[in-house]
Amino acid sequence: MKIRIKYAKTGALRYIGHLDVMRYFQKAIRRAGLDVAYSQGYSPHQLITFAAPLGIGITSEGEYFDAEMHSVTTGSDMVERLNQVMVSGMEVKDIVVLKEGAKTAMAVVAGSDYWIRIREGYVDALSFFAQAEAFFAQTEIPVVKASKTREVELDIKPFIYDWKVQDNQLYLLLSTGSVDNIKPELVLEAMCRFQGLEYQKLAFQIHRLETYMRNEDGKLVSLLKAGEEIR
Amino acid sequence: MEKLALSDEILMEVEKPARYIGNEVNSVYKNLSEVDIRIAMCFPDVYEIGMSYLGIQILYDMFNHMEGVWCERVYSPWPDLDRILREKGIPLFALESQEPVKEFDFLGITLQYEMCYTNVLQVIDLSHIPLLAEERGETDPIVMGGGPCSYNPEPIADFFDLFYIGDGEAAHRKLLEAYRENKRRGGSRMDFLTLAAGIDGIYVPSFYDVTYHADGTLSSFEPNRPQAKRRIKKQVVFDFEHTDYPMKPVVPFLKATQDRVTLEIQRGCTRGCRFCQAGMIYRPNREKDVDLLKKYAVEMIQNTGHEEITLSSLSSSDYGCLPELTEFLIEEMGKRNVNIALPSLRIDAFSLDVMQRVQDIRKSSLTFAAEAGTQRLRNVINKGLTEDMIRTGAMKAFRGGWTKVKFYFMVGLPTETKEDLMGIPRLCQTLAEDYFTIPKEERSGKVAITASSSFFVPKPFTPFQWASMNTEEEFLEKARFVKDNFQLQKNRKCLTYRYHDADLTIMEGIFARGDRRLAPVILQAYQEGCIFDAWHEMFHREIWEKAFREHGIDPNFYTSRERSVDELLPWDFIDIGVSKAFLIREWERAKKGEVTPNCKQSCSGCGAAGFGGGVCFENQD
Repeated sequence: MKIRIKYAKTGALRYIGHLDVMRYFQKAIRRAGLDVAYSQGYSPHQLITFAAPLGIGITSEGEYFDAEMHSVTTGSDMVERLNQVMVSGMEVKDIVVLKEGAKTAMAVVAGSDYWIRIREGYVDALSFFAQAEAFFAQTEIPVVKASKTREVELDIKPFIYDWKVQDNQLYLLLSTGSVDNIKPELVLEAMCRFQGLEYQKLAFQIHRLETYMRNEDGKLVSLLKAGEEIR
Repeated sequence: MEKLALSDEILMEVEKPARYIGNEVNSVYKNLSEVDIRIAMCFPDVYEIGMSYLGIQILYDMFNHMEGVWCERVYSPWPDLDRILREKGIPLFALESQEPVKEFDFLGITLQYEMCYTNVLQVIDLSHIPLLAEERGETDPIVMGGGPCSYNPEPIADFFDLFYIGDGEAAHRKLLEAYRENKRRGGSRMDFLTLAAGIDGIYVPSFYDVTYHADGTLSSFEPNRPQAKRRIKKQVVFDFEHTDYPMKPVVPFLKATQDRVTLEIQRGCTRGCRFCQAGMIYRPNREKDVDLLKKYAVEMIQNTGHEEITLSSLSSSDYGCLPELTEFLIEEMGKRNVNIALPSLRIDAFSLDVMQRVQDIRKSSLTFAAEAGTQRLRNVINKGLTEDMIRTGAMKAFRGGWTKVKFYFMVGLPTETKEDLMGIPRLCQTLAEDYFTIPKEERSGKVAITASSSFFVPKPFTPFQWASMNTEEEFLEKARFVKDNFQLQKNRKCLTYRYHDADLTIMEGIFARGDRRLAPVILQAYQEGCIFDAWHEMFHREIWEKAFREHGIDPNFYTSRERSVDELLPWDFIDIGVSKAFLIREWERAKKGEVTPNCKQSCSGCGAAGFGGGVCFENQD
């Protein structure tokens, strides 16, 4: 049976890269004594897969991975056992059992939303976000996206599902996944260009809120919706 | 732990910021109000290397079990952060508290290889502590050194307030008690060093004066105050059952070089190879109780979640209960899906059987530490391995399905001749021929025999401490000769030979047997930009050459000069328990090619029995 684990990665842990997070959880699962399934062979590895990688420097309260289990206890028991072996900055929020036939988190990820604030000492947030309306109102938002082999020009407008400015912070709901993966940095870079500013990666502190999939109606819902509570 | 010493801007700019944030699983955080001694323990190399080292984990665990003591870790900042710290004047900090090392009571630095010496200076310097011990004031931390290179601390003596000689578990408690006592009495730095000098195993370099003969050799090495001991006695632990071992080692976020549980099964070695410093300085051999190790293995895997466990010792095949321990591990670790990584074992029926069970033999290779190409030379170095043993072991392996075999050799050993060098390709050729005696249908494909050689460096406290070391040209010429001879072998297509540059080896040779006159050279090289010398791409030969030249030092004095056994050696003041008389006897026997039995066969009277424990008092075969 497969379970889906939701976790938060905050504070100093934002400096831990995706591969290291994967290794971290493999070890945490052992420490917590969860009955995870392993591959066969001389170097067995845990059958776990992560949803959407998070860039270094970004915090999140909506990260996911799936694990193939031999047996499970209750969701709350497993959450507690994992949290007993976490370091500060890493917290398991929820565990559900996936419904029969559910695809892996990685395969179904369709969107993510973020809060973005501007660090002190960079551009003025008030004036920067004041132009958001005009920026998002453009009919096209062309960007140059670098892939491994080439640079592609792309209109990202269709992949920006929602936005708002509130309390001097920018909210973005973007397409995420293996196909149309739009990182928030890509939008911010375009916003800077729109305003004739040089894009400074460090000016923005990004926080991911949730990772989404589409339900039968095509609506974006939390990845947890693919599962059921384990009582 | 939200507190970070470095800003977001810096952490986002440097490669692998996870090196500098602490907060790893099992790292220890204490309440400062309950702490009166703060120790920063340093491995002077990059985080991923330093975190792989068991010794710091042992000391970290031991110190943090002591009431009132908080031990944190610090590693060499990579050159990218090094540059930023200098530009911005940010002091080097310890990982846990993220507070400057300068505010600590002690900065302990482990000295695992000679090429870390400029990194030692980097760490002290970036901590904003004066580089020279004599320039430090009352508020500076006590800089202490330990580990294998502290058995000849003289080239770096000027940079350290004290050295700790021996097993770390033995006398640190006394040292910290003395520190506390001195603090309570309002004593000065000098008062503490004087107290420390009275503790067995503690060497305070500033309490000794050195004079030299006109020819450059040592003339005298004398204490300059009554509290300084004439001889510094190595400290040894016997009771491992009541000695701290880290049940909860720190688990790094980054993939460390050794990303696994390390189980130390014994300390010391019974073999007595004459080139091996560890084999002498860690005498006597002390095995740990097998039941204790079983308990440790399970607990450490539980506490770390590591997916692999390995055994650590100088010669694991000699551990008496190895079969029982490996049986246990295969059973228990198998249940937990934990891999077993075997250290280099002697290739015999037992080890082949074990390896077959724990690894995929199609992917794994077997390693023989043959060290020398002929029996004559193997006898000179007292490597208790015969050609017959190698061939029998290799044949068993070939028949068991292994086709990849690796050999380690040393080039530049004392008394070495062309014949010995030619022995290297010949031995490999012999094994290839042996392989082809197996009927074709029983073979598993092609055989690949790889020989790699390192260049021999004579080390203090070995029978070869008096020997002449080859020059760089001699080393390379010999290696090329070996390589050419590989090309002449009939089965050369199955054979590979590898060797490395010799420049770092020469540097290692200079420092290994160096004296106090090298400190200004190291200081200058550091000040002119040398750090991470052990990383070949960062080694700046020309800066070092200039520093030697400008201080009027001929490196050959330390390397290629053969010493007389009457010469006063810079490290003679350290008493490792193995007598100089024994080392001289071994040096003489080496030159005659006479083999000395290992400690389990019979006692050769090295002197280590004087410690009163270990293999010297156990049932011998």
